[in-house]
Amino acid sequence: MNMPGHYIKSYCRIANGEISRNGKVLFSDASEEFPAFIKAAYKYFETDYSKFFKMDNLSKLAFMGAEVLLKDQEKNTALVLSNKASSLDTDRKHQAAISDRSGAFASPAVFVYTLPNICMGEISIRHKLYSENSFFIFAEFNPHLLSDYANDLLETGKADEVLCGWVEYDKGKYDAFLYVIAKKGLLPHDTGELTKLYRTK
Amino acid sequence: MSELKQELKEKIIEQLNLEDVSVDEIANNDPLFGEGLGLDSIDALELIVMLDKDYGIKLADPKEGRKIFESIDTMAAYIAANRSN
Repeated sequence: MNMPGHYIKSYCRIANGEISRNGKVLFSDASEEFPAFIKAAYKYFETDYSKFFKMDNLSKLAFMGAEVLLKDQEKNTALVLSNKASSLDTDRKHQAAISDRSGAFASPAVFVYTLPNICMGEISIRHKLYSENSFFIFAEFNPHLLSDYANDLLETGKADEVLCGWVEYDKGKYDAFLYVIAKKGLLPHDTGELTKLYRTK
Repeated sequence: MSELKQELKEKIIEQLNLEDVSVDEIANNDPLFGEGLGLDSIDALELIVMLDKDYGIKLADPKEGRKIFESIDTMAAYIAANRSN
């Protein structure tokens, strides 16, 4: 479905050791492990935000995607993100800590990331966003619901722009496809277009 | 006491993921919160867990942490006086 007057302003992909924006690779790294890859990206983009290192992997992934798309952003940008695994990767770490009866010490710093929407909080703090945000759990990337939600936010004036997308991290595997919907942009805000961009890895 | 202070600096850097900070950069009287190391409320909870897990000290009132966690000096003094392991 195409919403007249709404456009894909920019989009970002983080997968397979690469970070790209609008189809152009900005950063690539041969590190096989996600923590080394994302740390190298943090340094490459000269991010200078020490709280990054306290985040869980899902938040680091979403944060880095937002860095690529929202740098110097001053608009009222809402966030509508989604994934399949929720915060399961961090949930398992927390479960392992509290299941260890020999010394059951849960880590508060791990526990605070046992919800997927925390990654949007990190983005909001970083970019000083006081906007609406929602996080959905889907079996797979669902551009229809995300588009409907983004269109409604723009039409009702609740946001000037909307950062939408898919941010998935589980068991070391990662895949992020984030995009900004605005009233001006590169491509029409169309679910077919989004599906095509998502499938272009 | 100086060994304990060194140990605390190493533990804080490791457990609080202070990636850009080295042991040498933390002075014994530097404030741990606010303008010093810039720790936050979640870090404070991690420090309370660390006192329990590594030194056998349970803080009955988390507000006690405000004084105890002022600096490496105050933490070391409290641990030395109250540790059970």
